[in-house]
Amino acid sequence: MDVLDRYRPIVDDFEAFVAACERPLPSVVRVNTIKTTVDRARRALDAADIAVDPVAWSEQLFRLPSAQPGANWPYFHGWLHGQEEVSALPATILDPQPGERVWDSCAAPGSKTTQLAAMMDDAGVVVATDSNLGRLSALRTNTERLGVTNTAVTCEDARNHSLAPFDGAAYDRALVDVPCSCEGTIRKNPDALDDWDIDHVRGVAGVQKGVLRRAVQATKPGGTIVYSTCTFAPEENEAILDHVLAAESCEMVPFSCPLDGRPGVTEWDGDSFNPSVELARRIYPHHNDTGGFFAAKLEVTG
Amino acid sequence: MTDESMRFDRIPATSTDREDPETPTRAEVLDFFADNYGIEPAVFEEHTIWERGSGKLWVFRGRPSTPVAVQGLGMTLLRTRQEHWKPTTDAIQRFGHHAEKNVIRLEAEAAAAFVAGEDQAAEWWDGEWGYLIVAHEIAGDREPIGVGLYLRGELRSQIPKGRRRDLR
Repeated sequence: MDVLDRYRPIVDDFEAFVAACERPLPSVVRVNTIKTTVDRARRALDAADIAVDPVAWSEQLFRLPSAQPGANWPYFHGWLHGQEEVSALPATILDPQPGERVWDSCAAPGSKTTQLAAMMDDAGVVVATDSNLGRLSALRTNTERLGVTNTAVTCEDARNHSLAPFDGAAYDRALVDVPCSCEGTIRKNPDALDDWDIDHVRGVAGVQKGVLRRAVQATKPGGTIVYSTCTFAPEENEAILDHVLAAESCEMVPFSCPLDGRPGVTEWDGDSFNPSVELARRIYPHHNDTGGFFAAKLEVTG
Repeated sequence: MTDESMRFDRIPATSTDREDPETPTRAEVLDFFADNYGIEPAVFEEHTIWERGSGKLWVFRGRPSTPVAVQGLGMTLLRTRQEHWKPTTDAIQRFGHHAEKNVIRLEAEAAAAFVAGEDQAAEWWDGEWGYLIVAHEIAGDREPIGVGLYLRGELRSQIPKGRRRDLR
């Protein structure tokens, strides 16, 4: 946990933060409303004697205090998908509507892709992009099991995402949930910090900037982008927003966050950022008993 | 990844629109689901049907111009260009609740054996032979599980290896 010491200046009640990071997380599942209803999924879990606890901010999420998702009938039917609670945030903030065109820029293994499709009632188009064929295979397995028919899958570097397969049509919304140093997944993956390295953070920041810039370019003026990570590192969060706000036609916009979050930081390690990055939200494990997360909402202006 | 595997072609609407007589048409696909399972063509009204490679059909909610060069377009629907066309497990789970015939209902134990990939005796089935929709009762209603091949008193599970589970 020594890696987390660097966040002492920006995290309140630091001891509680570290203690929360050391506690494991319960399994959470999302109900796939393309194939069933929340009520029917709950009845099927009850019939299988699988206890569920509600998640206050979303009726489609259930905590499973004593079971793993996967080995039960409702999961087999594609009614359920295992998804960490904070991982359901970015699609919720993006709020895609049926009939829209939506880009999921770093999509595999598809938890958020399939959530976007379900929020759109499986109507409109989701283009799900990833650069890794093996991870795309996992995504395809998930879209098949969950019965998603409105999603097209592309294998490419999201920084050079091509609109050509669909005749150049720009997007109404884009989800930029980028690869990151994953510090916030420590409660699920106890070895998440083992290979932490500042050079890796700086390297992945270059990719993050490139993907977010491409998303702004590929989205219509007035369109919405959500940028998210599962790391606490400002180098991968506010610094990326600061860079893209200066380089592309977009602005930060406020949003209502269903979890208790803290504002984005405007100063870190001697750098200062565009003041509007305060509109982003930092989700810390000790405030909601979840994983760690970062989310920002942007509007394309030009 | 070959170019062919990246190319989805929208199948022709009817036989008068096709050059290769082996190419499945939308009309044939809709007839297949209506004739075999009583799934009305209206179920697929919002969907287009695409072929990737030879015979594997996909169903997509939307109308992009053909061909489309992507890795995946909607979900797999039906294996054609063989004597007996075969719907995919996942397509039956997605659309099978509209079926009105050739649906074989299994009791709890038999349903679990089917999902585990096991073949089972089913002499009690007095319907047609061929690819049936296998269903069971869950949370108050019938729910399709997948496709079974019924032949000479035996129901053979067609659940793909990667989808099999032991739910007993």
